[in-house]
Amino acid sequence: MPPSTAAIAVRDMDVGYGTFVVQRNLDFEVARGKIFVIMGGSGSGKSSVLRVMITLLPPLRGDVLFGGVSLWRADDAERERLMRRFGVLYQGGALWSSMTLSENVSLPLGEFTDLTEVQIREVAALKLALVGLAGFEEFYPSQISGGMQKRAALARAMALDPDILFLDEPSAGLDPISSRLLDDLILELRESLGCTVVLVTHELASIFAIGDDSVFLDAETRTMAARGNPKTLLAESTDPRVQAFLTRGRLPATAR
Amino acid sequence: MSPTGRDWELSLDRSVSDTVRIRLAGTWRLQDRLPPPDAVDGALADTIALRQVVLDARDVRAWDTGFVSFIMKVLQRCDDKGIAVDRESLPRGVNRLIALATVVPEKQTGTTAAPDPWLGQLGLSFLALWTATLAFIRFVGDATLAFVRLGRAKANFRWVDFFGVIQECGPHALPIVSLISFLVGLILAFMGAAQLRNFGAQVFVADLVAIAATREMGCLMTGIIMAGRTGAAFAAQLGTMRVNEEIDALLTMAIPPMDFLVLPRMLALIVMMPLLTIYSDLLVILGGAFVGVTMLDLGFVQYLDRTRQALTLTNFLLGIIKGSVFGVLVALSGCLRGMQSGRSAAAVGLATTSAVVTAIVLIVLAEGVFAVVLDALGI
Repeated sequence: MPPSTAAIAVRDMDVGYGTFVVQRNLDFEVARGKIFVIMGGSGSGKSSVLRVMITLLPPLRGDVLFGGVSLWRADDAERERLMRRFGVLYQGGALWSSMTLSENVSLPLGEFTDLTEVQIREVAALKLALVGLAGFEEFYPSQISGGMQKRAALARAMALDPDILFLDEPSAGLDPISSRLLDDLILELRESLGCTVVLVTHELASIFAIGDDSVFLDAETRTMAARGNPKTLLAESTDPRVQAFLTRGRLPATAR
Repeated sequence: MSPTGRDWELSLDRSVSDTVRIRLAGTWRLQDRLPPPDAVDGALADTIALRQVVLDARDVRAWDTGFVSFIMKVLQRCDDKGIAVDRESLPRGVNRLIALATVVPEKQTGTTAAPDPWLGQLGLSFLALWTATLAFIRFVGDATLAFVRLGRAKANFRWVDFFGVIQECGPHALPIVSLISFLVGLILAFMGAAQLRNFGAQVFVADLVAIAATREMGCLMTGIIMAGRTGAAFAAQLGTMRVNEEIDALLTMAIPPMDFLVLPRMLALIVMMPLLTIYSDLLVILGGAFVGVTMLDLGFVQYLDRTRQALTLTNFLLGIIKGSVFGVLVALSGCLRGMQSGRSAAAVGLATTSAVVTAIVLIVLAEGVFAVVLDALGI
């Protein structure tokens, strides 16, 4: 795959804390405009890998490239420019509790664009409308439900129209219907805005519904165990760990 | 594309009588200094002749939600005036986003309600004050009941928590108490000396410092330090526990948070405050002695001798009693505000501020009550 078509490339990377390695020898590429799933069981280091990709945790070894530009070897200005191209939806939403939803979405717009106050408010209102929260601009995060907080956090992640959206467990804590609606929303946004989505999750329904491509992180061998479209992996992978994960623990007869 | 230059183009064509053709071209992105939607108002003003608006976006090279926002405002204006819009040539993604943004109807919220008249606001704040007072009294009652349960050895209470808090609000508070008390002693002696020198009575600086330290300064300084240090910590801890639903977890296990969380904190502070007060008394006197010896040419032994003569057991005990009362007040305010905290980061901040303010107000009030009562008793 030529480097120009990959939005993100993870190159020979070890992730961990101090001397404790969570995942080693990671090497994969995320194609532009695709929904890429990082999956794995609890404790497999999915979120740590994500934290390296969004600059919150330095890798022990290796690098992350955004469109061919190194994230961890870049100087501060270069890294800031890269960071402005992506939006992150945190697991717990992480909306700023002392600000209204509109202010939450407006903050990055005010910091990084030349729009006027009125235009910022309008764009923020549009972002909230896109996630189905029209009319909730003046609400505080504590005044709305968990599902709405998730959607508001998605609106904030999209504030600057990022090329890449990182979503950490977007459907955690949501009922199946809300979770499905959120999946549809992510698909729709990807179609309309053409952004690349990196999704960290262990929700099988979401993985099969929207995942174009995936990497499976194994908790025991501490490295990637499989790569590819989740549906293809389910049909073709012979690795018992991958099969067990994708079938909720029903091991194929040959594995035992 | 230059980062600050404008690369978007907007032109209005009215060559056909009942149609406005809005031609959009170039790049329309958030960072491109986009035009405000009023730019099209002039062309839409003549509503009688105007039947149709054609949005021509065939030459738009790049766009993001800044463009969508602009288009939606134009659509809304046309909609308000009942003008039909042809948006065939908009990029497919733009039309999809517009459909997505309008699929959920806007929630009508009464956020723009007029503020209450001043009389109403006055009434509301009085009611709020009343509710807060009731809550305070109820909390004091609950705390008392918890102490009764503790006395009967029926309280759900972990001694390890108690000793943890003792450690935190006792020994760990010594450095700051030392510093403040010593400085207060210095200041007292310095101020006193400046006045007493006029009468050649510098030696009475020792009396002044000794009486002020034991009767007022030791307990007051300790009370205020503990309000800022430990009372705030109590409120922040309990408030964060509320945010994390830890208090709810205790409640659903039928463990009263009053016994489990508030009791060890209050008890620890009540035990430590008299000790800290005595320690502070000592440091204030030492601060005074430092000034006496270095600046007033009094001998250290002479200074201590004057101090011993000025010290009375009454004043000493009075200071300790006041210190204990302040300890109760600081612990009460810290725990009360922590338990009342809301469930957000901002609410924990408010709870902490409010704990310190409440504690200091109560300490000052209690000082006043002590002064009046002691005066009436002639002590």
